[in-house]
Amino acid sequence: MPPYRGFRPLLAVSSRACKATSCAPRRELSSLINSAAQAPQSSRLSTQQRYAQPQHQCRSTPLSGLVRCSGQSTTVSPRRAASSSTSASEKELKRTPLYDLHTSLGAKMVPFANYAMPLEYPDLSHRESHLWTRTNASIFDVSHMVQHRLSGELAEEFLMTITPSAIDEIEKHHSTLSCLLNKNGGIVDDTVITRIGKDSFYFVTNAGCREGDLAFIESEMDEFLKSKGNPMDKINWHILDHHALVALQGPAAASVLQSLVYNDTEDENYDTSLDTLYFGTNRWLQLTLPESGMNTPSLLISRTGYTGEDGFEISIPPENGDATELATSIAKALTADSSKVRWAGLGARDSLRLEAGMCLYGHDLNDTITPPVASLGWLVGKSRRVENPTPPFNGHEIINKQLASPKTMPERRVGFLVEKGPAAREGAEIVDLEHDNEVIGHVTSGLPSPSMDGQNIAMGYVKNGFHKKGTKVGIKVRKNVRKAEVAKMPFVESKFYRP
Amino acid sequence: MSTPMFGRLLPTVSRLTSRTITTSRSSQFLPSCYQWTRFSQRSFSSGSASYVKKYTEDHEWIELDADGKTGTIGITEYAAKALGDVVYVELPEIGLEVAKGDTIGAVESVKSASDILTPVSGKITDHNKVLEEKPGTINKGPEADGWLAKIEVSDTAELDGLMSKEDYDNFEKE
Repeated sequence: MPPYRGFRPLLAVSSRACKATSCAPRRELSSLINSAAQAPQSSRLSTQQRYAQPQHQCRSTPLSGLVRCSGQSTTVSPRRAASSSTSASEKELKRTPLYDLHTSLGAKMVPFANYAMPLEYPDLSHRESHLWTRTNASIFDVSHMVQHRLSGELAEEFLMTITPSAIDEIEKHHSTLSCLLNKNGGIVDDTVITRIGKDSFYFVTNAGCREGDLAFIESEMDEFLKSKGNPMDKINWHILDHHALVALQGPAAASVLQSLVYNDTEDENYDTSLDTLYFGTNRWLQLTLPESGMNTPSLLISRTGYTGEDGFEISIPPENGDATELATSIAKALTADSSKVRWAGLGARDSLRLEAGMCLYGHDLNDTITPPVASLGWLVGKSRRVENPTPPFNGHEIINKQLASPKTMPERRVGFLVEKGPAAREGAEIVDLEHDNEVIGHVTSGLPSPSMDGQNIAMGYVKNGFHKKGTKVGIKVRKNVRKAEVAKMPFVESKFYRP
Repeated sequence: MSTPMFGRLLPTVSRLTSRTITTSRSSQFLPSCYQWTRFSQRSFSSGSASYVKKYTEDHEWIELDADGKTGTIGITEYAAKALGDVVYVELPEIGLEVAKGDTIGAVESVKSASDILTPVSGKITDHNKVLEEKPGTINKGPEADGWLAKIEVSDTAELDGLMSKEDYDNFEKE
C-alpha cells in the first residue's frame, strides 16, 4: 500500500465556541454555522462544470490557449479571459475570504471551479514556489473546497452506504481519505472524512465537483432515508460556506504554527503541542495573533495536506457571516517571517501533489473509475471487503470482486518516468513499443518534476499487464513516441508526521 | 529593437514605423486618452523601430531581416510571462517547409505546453540551439536572445495580415 493516505484537504469547521473565552476577543461562533447554506443550491451554478480542474489539461495548445492552460479554466472564460485579474468573466467568479489579500500581494488570479483563485504570486515563480514548499513552507488558500458537516443518529450509516470506508472504525478526531461512490462503484469525488463527535462528521469535497456532489448526496440521502421510513431528524447536513480553509505545508510548517498556538496555562490537561498531533488527526486549537496579541477562536487544525510534506490544514470559521478578517489575520501571522513561509498558488499545488502521487479529480479520477482501478483499493476498509458488507456500500459487488481478482480489471492507474525531453501530459497516449505502438492507455497528469531536476513524471491508466513497475512503454508526445517506464509512486518521498 | 521592458512599461508606445497606417485604422476604436499618450510619445519611439515586426493572436512575433525575406520567429513577452519558467523548447528542423499556422515547435513550462505556430509560410532556415540547453533564455528575452527560428518567407504579403505591435498590445490587454 502506498503511504500517501491524505491527498485531500482535510476540512475543518468550527461548530464549537471558543475554548478560552476569557481571553478571546472573537465572538463565539456557534450561531454562525447557521449562515452556511444547508441545502444544495443547484440553480446557482448552472454553468459549473464538474471537472473544472487545473493545469495541463491542455497538453499542447497554441500559445493563445496558454492562459487557458495555465489557468485551468472553466467554461465561463472566453478565450483569453484569464489574462488579467480584472477580466469580465472573473467578475462573475466567486471569491474566497482571502481574495483581497491575494490581489494585494499581486497574485495572478485565474478561474478555477467558479472561483477566482491564485495561480502564483510575484515573489516566486511556479518552480521556485514548488521548491520553497519542499524546503521551507508555503501557505495555500483552499477555501474554495466544499466543507460539509453531517451529524445525527444515521449519519454514520449513511456515510457507509456512499463510501467504501469503515467509517464506524474512525476514532474521534481521526480522519480517513475516502471517496463518494455511485451505484456502479465509480468515484463521484474523493474526500477526507473526519469524525468530530459520536454522531458527527466533517468532510471536504472538491470545489470542481460541487454541483454534482451536492446533487449526488441529496439524492442518495433521500433514498437512504426513504428506506428507513423517512426519519428526517436523524441526519443533518450542512454545507459550510463562508468558512476559509488554509493549508500550511512544508518542513517549517510545524515550528511556525507551534509558535502561534495558544498554550492555556490554566488548562494543563489540554495538549497544545503539535508533537502529538500526528498525520491524519486533528485538534481544536487557538492561535495567538502577534499583531494584536489576541487569540483566535478554537480552530479545527488537521495534520494533513496535498503536497506530500508535513503540514496542516486550518479551518477558519466566519464571524458575522464573513471569515475575511480572521482568515486574513491568521494568514498574515503565518507569513510574518518570509524567510520561512511564502504564499503558493494552484500551480505549485498541482506539481507538488503529482510528485506525491496524489490524484486530481476530473483528471486522474472520474465517475467511471472504481477505487481498485484507480489503485486506491486501500480506501476500501478491511471490514467492508466481504460478500455482504453491513451496511452495503454502493458498488460493493463490483469493487470487492476487483479486489479479489485484480486481473478482471481492464486497466489501472500507475506512475511513469518519462525520458528527457518534452513532458508527457494529460491526454498523451501510452503505447506498446513491442507491438507496433498499439495504444494501451493514456496519461491523466504529467509534468517535469521541479523536485527531480526536471525529470518528466506522469500518471495514467494502462491495460492490465502493463502495470508492473519497470515495464517499458512508449508515450506519444505530439508527433514523437517517448520512452517511459512504469514507476512506483509517490515520485518524491512523502514526509508525513507519524508516530 | 526596443528593449522588452520598455515595451511593457509603455505598452502604448508604438515601436513600428508603420504606425501611421495603424493609427488611421485603429484610432476610431481607441479612447482619446490612449491616442494622446501615443502621439505624445511619437518622437520618443520612432528612432528605435525596426522595419517590419508583426504579431499574431497566438502570441508569436516575426521580424523581417534587412534582406526583406528572412524572418525571425519567437514568442511574445506577454506569452513568456504567462507561461512562466520555460523548462523545455522543441525547435523546428532546419529545412522544414511550413504553411502559415503550422506547428513548428513547442514551449513548455512546468504547468503547460504550448505549440508554436508559424505566422507565415516558408522554409525553416535556422533554429536557436541555445534554447535546447538553456530554455530559460526565453524568459530573459523572448523578443531578443530567446528567438526560436528563422524562416525564409515565401510570401511577404502574408505579413500584412498580422498585427502591429500596437494592435497586439491592445489585443493582449483585452
